[in-house]
Amino acid sequence: MAQTLAEQILSHAAGRPVRAGENVVVHVDLVMMHDSLSPSIIKILHNELGAERVWDPEKIAVVVDHVAPAATVQNAEYQYNLRRWVREQKITHLYDVGRGISHPVLVEEGMARPGMLIVGSDSHSTGYGSVGAFGTGMGSTDIALALATGKTWLRVPETVRVQARGRFRPGVGAKDLGLRAARELTADGATYQSVEWHGVDFLSVGDRMTLATLSIEVGGKAGIVPPTSTQEPVALSSTNGLRQLVGSDWLNAPGYVPEWLRVEEGANYSRTVEIDLDQLNPQISVPHYVDNVVDLGDLERVAVDVIYIGTCTNGHHGDMAAAAQILRGRRVAPGVRLLVVPATSEALRQASLDGTLDTLLAAGAAIGTPGCGACIGRHMGVLAPDEVCLFTGNRNFRGRMGSPKANIYLASPEVAAATAVTGYITHPQEVLG
Amino acid sequence: MPRVWIFGANVNTDQIVPGRYAPYMLKSEDELRKYPFVEARPEFASTTQPGDLIVAGPNFGCGSSREYAPLALKMVNIGAIIAPLFARIFYRNALNLGIPCFEADLTGVLTDGQIVDFDVSKGLLVANGQEIQLPPPPTFLQEVWNAGGIVPFYKQYGRFPGEAASS
Repeated sequence: MAQTLAEQILSHAAGRPVRAGENVVVHVDLVMMHDSLSPSIIKILHNELGAERVWDPEKIAVVVDHVAPAATVQNAEYQYNLRRWVREQKITHLYDVGRGISHPVLVEEGMARPGMLIVGSDSHSTGYGSVGAFGTGMGSTDIALALATGKTWLRVPETVRVQARGRFRPGVGAKDLGLRAARELTADGATYQSVEWHGVDFLSVGDRMTLATLSIEVGGKAGIVPPTSTQEPVALSSTNGLRQLVGSDWLNAPGYVPEWLRVEEGANYSRTVEIDLDQLNPQISVPHYVDNVVDLGDLERVAVDVIYIGTCTNGHHGDMAAAAQILRGRRVAPGVRLLVVPATSEALRQASLDGTLDTLLAAGAAIGTPGCGACIGRHMGVLAPDEVCLFTGNRNFRGRMGSPKANIYLASPEVAAATAVTGYITHPQEVLG
Repeated sequence: MPRVWIFGANVNTDQIVPGRYAPYMLKSEDELRKYPFVEARPEFASTTQPGDLIVAGPNFGCGSSREYAPLALKMVNIGAIIAPLFARIFYRNALNLGIPCFEADLTGVLTDGQIVDFDVSKGLLVANGQEIQLPPPPTFLQEVWNAGGIVPFYKQYGRFPGEAASS
């Protein structure tokens, strides 16, 4: 019987064929935890579960990304304790302040790979699906249990298929596809289910992560892009201990994609949503719900105070480069602020090598430390009451980025750049002419 | 007698506890009890009584993985949450903490502030003399509830819910 990618990965983890609807207890390949939930995870692990050691210090990734660098003495103390705990537990993979957001960092490091089952203390752990992994978010207690035992329990999910056809028009990209899917599926359209993204083989891994991270915004337990080859240029270096990836076709590197992980004809999908990219317009998610999406052309003129480019959804190198292409030779409009927070240090380094960073700075952008930034409303650009933000992130919930009286619009990096030039939400082609 | 707190559809975890009020941002986790619905319903934390019921529309708890959202509700001793559909991570977190969640749509039946009778072990709610039987959760999840959450369950049985005892 043909299986979905989620069924294949969970069958591999379970060591027997499993089908949607079954409950399984499985070994995980990797556990990710970040600074924000680390105090409670460590407390539950030791004080409540009574475990002295983590199950495997090499299969745990600890990332300091949620408030990085620390904004308060309190944060600094929690981070100090976290680093000490990492040393005590002999955990080998700590990605500290400035390395970036957990999901893209673990992909760059080669820790998140096709076919893996990854649990993370962050809802956007669906992002590991950008390389064909089953990534899913969990809370402190589930993560503490996984740290103690190397296992978790899961219900094998049904799968919703998003089938894209054609190619994007100029100024339209992966974010628009993701928001369009949210508009079709709504905020709970894939609850308890996996989302498979088809017809996107031409997208870079960064763009695939845009789709994979947005999968949780329709309730997805996982969001998986079939791990096919990509024509993305490789800029990863072997400096900083980064994994050396082979060739531009890195998803086709020998052994990178397991033999057993393939899209199978006849796999059972609970629903298929078809999206015609040739007809797709820039999509805007209007306050205060992610699935509250309209075509940019149907939006009345919205003046903004701040444009924020960043997050695990749209802070990748390709996102900054796309914004730079629009900002080249132009300036941020008077009275408007442009904040750019790269998703990872590697994305920032690439931007510094190819001129992207220079273009952004020349246009008047402020650059933040790679990490989650203001996405959780804790530091690095939180919003005042009545401020309007054009955000390339994944959530526009009331109060998400600061004041509950602020308004957050979600859009692509291309729309963000065009909006920075004019001061109101703008189609990229309007600026490019 | 429990009071009913009515909420709409798609209540997200930023509404339950904004990220700015995470324990990570506080002096101690204990302070969290002051902040459930701090911005969405500022009167909630100070007036809710142990055993009160949250009755909401679909997709309750959508958004982030923050366990401190259901933890804040546990700290004020919410009796149960009743919604037609729960977001997955929230449901797991609530289950793990031992907060009873029932899948039913009662937002059109009950009113905000209404006082009802509720027997959590039977899932039986009595409002205006009318009995409403809530659907019980699957057996293996009920075991976790009965143990008081996943940590006491795991410590008692040495296994995950649904896992064979020998493995």
